[in-house]
Amino acid sequence: MPRELWKGNEAIAEAAVRAGLEGYFGYPITPQNEILEWLSQRMPELGRAFVQAESELGAINMVYGAACTGARVMTSSSSPGISLMQEGISYIAGTELPVVLIDVMRGGPGLGNIAPSQGDYSQIVHGGGHGDYHPIVLAPASIQEAVDLVPLAFDLAEKYLNIAVILIDGSIGQMMEPVELPEMRPVVRKDYPWATNGALGRKRRVLSSIYLEVSIEEEVNLRLLKRWEEIQQNEVRFKEYYLDDAEIAVIGFGTSGRIALSAVRAARAQGIKIGLFRPISVSPFPARQIAELAGRVKSMLVVEMNAGQMLKDVQLAVGNRAPLEFYGRLGGVVPFPDEILGEIQRIAKEPPSLGGNPAQRWLARMTAPKK
Amino acid sequence: MQTEILFAGFGGQGVMFAGQVLAYAAMDKGKQVTWMPSYGPEMRGGTANCIVVIADEEIGSPLVQNPPAAVVMNLPSLDKYEPLVKSGGVLIVNASMVDRTAQRDDITTILIPANDIAEEIGDKRLANMIAIGALLGCLDILTVKDLAAALEAHMPGRHKHLLPKNFEALRKGAEHAKKQRSNQ
Repeated sequence: MPRELWKGNEAIAEAAVRAGLEGYFGYPITPQNEILEWLSQRMPELGRAFVQAESELGAINMVYGAACTGARVMTSSSSPGISLMQEGISYIAGTELPVVLIDVMRGGPGLGNIAPSQGDYSQIVHGGGHGDYHPIVLAPASIQEAVDLVPLAFDLAEKYLNIAVILIDGSIGQMMEPVELPEMRPVVRKDYPWATNGALGRKRRVLSSIYLEVSIEEEVNLRLLKRWEEIQQNEVRFKEYYLDDAEIAVIGFGTSGRIALSAVRAARAQGIKIGLFRPISVSPFPARQIAELAGRVKSMLVVEMNAGQMLKDVQLAVGNRAPLEFYGRLGGVVPFPDEILGEIQRIAKEPPSLGGNPAQRWLARMTAPKK
Repeated sequence: MQTEILFAGFGGQGVMFAGQVLAYAAMDKGKQVTWMPSYGPEMRGGTANCIVVIADEEIGSPLVQNPPAAVVMNLPSLDKYEPLVKSGGVLIVNASMVDRTAQRDDITTILIPANDIAEEIGDKRLANMIAIGALLGCLDILTVKDLAAALEAHMPGRHKHLLPKNFEALRKGAEHAKKQRSNQ
């Protein structure tokens, strides 16, 4: 396939079409509208289902129902819309269905704004819905990576009967980059042993997330957890930059990861031995790899476009192996590489010590009166 | 090697498209490139801008605080972005739409009456192409030829009849910039 210039949202939508998406159900919200727009034309053109639902609640429940038939289905939204979908997401998890969800994050909380943000990390990774379930969450940092991860998200969702989320922010949705799109794959309706795809001549199947008998509900929970263990063992993905001789490691995902890359290069040019670790699967989280990294660097800096939501997972992984610092921007503000470079220079000059709360230290710096 | 170029102006002046054409040309030359629009509750007549990053390796941040090159198509954009251009950088100003010269003396400034030249060519919508031409006259990232090839390759068929005037606009912009630089 030749390289073409694509807008993030449209490229992701087309990648889903080429991955054999059979049904899309969604509701408009900026900054992910181009996904709906693209699919509203492409899906009917190919004789596939596109439904603009009456609300996010409608959309997620249509996805739920369509997934029961074994079809490859997807929805997409942005932060406030994802919040509305949480009940349905929990139901899908409880029914053990493969569904792909795309979250193009925007500034919040509340209605917030339509600027890029990473404020949904906790609600997506740690489950905004009720109950013990774990979605697979892939966080691309470029349009090419997003396009490569979309077919994988479908494959993983179906392999593990799990929700798979592509977690990006408004900037990846709105920007353009050269992309090589995946080959067109045919629509394949798998004949799952659980699929409610017409009971003519066979025993009726029932799919539900209701288990009134608590011992059975516990069994379902244990099954979900065993499957999650398997996912954690097999599906961790990340990318490393300049870490071979690094004394400082920056950790960032998605857009904050790629912005940190610019800062890391600038710091390298100044002779600072520094590298970048960019988790691609934020769930399962590359905890073991980050723990190992913590054992061989002098300090670590976590960069996010939120108040340290992934930081908590990094802290769990790192423990007391290395001192941690944090830098975040909030509410839709996208950091410039120079800001992160400033943090790197500060850490290189005065290496932080173990202990304390990096998020608290960051908040104190952010709210200190300007000199 | 990495270069960042900011385009800014009123919505409707073609600043987003100008950035896209540059991005297409960079892609066609085998470069890495990002095109990042300002997006928000935008409307015609409001301000619009985009930043194009062109590089040889994987691009980190698609946004920069101090771009080494900026094309400003109106006065509010000149006021806002002139102070942000990196020292030693290039500033292309659409002189048809501003009533002052640039104030910085540590950057190369080209004042080009893009609207007037566009009207001479016969289509006032060509102001953005004239400004890009001027930019390429000052910046060794891509040539006017590369841009023309990108327009030809990516313009939808129904717009192909507009190509000759676009080529003329690019050329006139570059010539104007070169002349102004040799007089500086």
